[in-house]
Amino acid sequence: MSITNDEVKKIAHLARLALSTDETNAFASQLENIFKLVTVIQNTHTDGIRPMSHPFDAKQRLRKDMVTESNERDIMQKIAPATELGLYLVPQVIE
Amino acid sequence: MTHYTLADYQQQLASKDISSVELAQFFLQQMAKHAHLNSFITVCEQEALLQAKHADELRAQGKAGPLTGIPFAHKDIFCTKGIKTSCASKMLDNFIAPYNATIVDKMASAGMVMLGKTNMDEFAMGSSNENSFYGKVHNPWDLNCVPGGSSGGSAAAVAARIIPAATGTDTGGSIRQPAAFCGITGLKPTYGRISRYGMIAFASSLDQAGPMTQTAFDAAILLNVMAGFDPKDSTSLDTPVPDYTANLNDSLKGVRIGIIPSFFGQGLHPDINEAINKSKTVLEQLGAVFVEIDLPHHDLAIPTYYVIASAECSSNLARYDGVRYGYRAKNPENLLDLYQRSRSEAFGSEVKRRIMIGTYVLSSGYYDAYYIKAQQARRLLAEDYQNAFKYVDVILSPTTPDPAFKIAEKSDDPVKMYLSDIYTIAVNMAGLPAINIPCGFSGHLPVGMQFIGNHLSESKLLNIAHQFQQVTSHHQKAPEISL
Repeated sequence: MSITNDEVKKIAHLARLALSTDETNAFASQLENIFKLVTVIQNTHTDGIRPMSHPFDAKQRLRKDMVTESNERDIMQKIAPATELGLYLVPQVIE
Repeated sequence: MTHYTLADYQQQLASKDISSVELAQFFLQQMAKHAHLNSFITVCEQEALLQAKHADELRAQGKAGPLTGIPFAHKDIFCTKGIKTSCASKMLDNFIAPYNATIVDKMASAGMVMLGKTNMDEFAMGSSNENSFYGKVHNPWDLNCVPGGSSGGSAAAVAARIIPAATGTDTGGSIRQPAAFCGITGLKPTYGRISRYGMIAFASSLDQAGPMTQTAFDAAILLNVMAGFDPKDSTSLDTPVPDYTANLNDSLKGVRIGIIPSFFGQGLHPDINEAINKSKTVLEQLGAVFVEIDLPHHDLAIPTYYVIASAECSSNLARYDGVRYGYRAKNPENLLDLYQRSRSEAFGSEVKRRIMIGTYVLSSGYYDAYYIKAQQARRLLAEDYQNAFKYVDVILSPTTPDPAFKIAEKSDDPVKMYLSDIYTIAVNMAGLPAINIPCGFSGHLPVGMQFIGNHLSESKLLNIAHQFQQVTSHHQKAPEISL
């Protein structure tokens, strides 16, 4: 399979990465090589095999619906790049 | 003094031949002396000396436990409250963790003294420790070689006797491969055995922490503290923790060790082949029996891993958005620009590459063909191991196909780098425990072998490794710079 620069740009957008032209070119050929490696899975017979997402096929463990965490907003926001009045600041989203 | 093990220091502290403060000061000097290896990102001198002083006070009051006052280092992937936790990324260069990882708390509660945070590949993605924002780590056996990765700083520091022990994490071999390249013992426990809470996530269904030490005995001592159920980790195993030192001296008589003949063919360095052959003879003399087995789907391991690990990576690393913590790009034009530039300016190229692979295989139209297919292949790989464990207690395999390679030798070719993980990554996909121990040399470079066991067989792996180390001396060899 081949991966075009346009495809790389599309994936980069989905991943919220802004790639330079050099990076786009390099990733196109590197991803192509990596996916060549992956073709061996494509050629494997896997009909009826249950996909394995976890080593023990674990179910999500649930806890009692009780408050266990204390409010640590100030501690958590101390490490944020920009906050005001307990809110995280981002560039204006709505005009 | 540098040839002592963690167990030796335990005795010296208990008999009051040395104080915790003296021990901490000695190893802080070692860290300074070997700063050129670049094995540390952060040195915690003040905190360490305070902890050591406290440890000495506890001992004076008769309140010391077995690990009180033992110095060690954490891989910089574990959150340490009030101390920078960078994951070797520009993204987290300014990140002071607001809480402790569970194992950070556990080791501190045991009285251990953390001297610093070790260097690593950025977000634990790499096999050479060349992908660190803080620069590459050098192999103490040959400064022109890589120490392996991603726990390269921990491995180099333990090998150079800068520190008696360190923590590591292993998603596809990141404890065992650097342990092999640096000639130390490295244990990757069963998935879920050690809490992942506060361990910065790379691939959540594969990540597992473990000890990196000079000996299997030391690894057992540390695992006793590190292992255990944690309600804060949703995939933590809720099974009792045995005393991992209890069975170290069991006889190996009749232990059945599986060998996969195809692992020892072309592609394996002849010196490693020879070192393992000699080790087999030693193990036979100890009473072990070798049995040929097969893992028929093993050729699927690398591609399956790079689909699954990258998919989980792209999902986990979506959290780095420049909003709540970490790096934020200057003067963003709008929200999209803030996200894109914060991530692009702060992630290194290997991290971006894996995010790209992961995003691709999870994207609409490719999900079934790649991601689901890889998860099916993962089950085939895991079932291969379960079939093998019907006939054998453990499997003996090379840890790496070659000894440590030269710095920059593989850094331009991701596929070549990925292929060097051939012997380690299937273990993570099956969630199995495995231990690397040194088994000889290739020229001046150490080489390792690994024992792979079934789920929760850490005691058996440590027993075999310890028995081997009782009658061999590879693990006692230290690089010249440490002497």
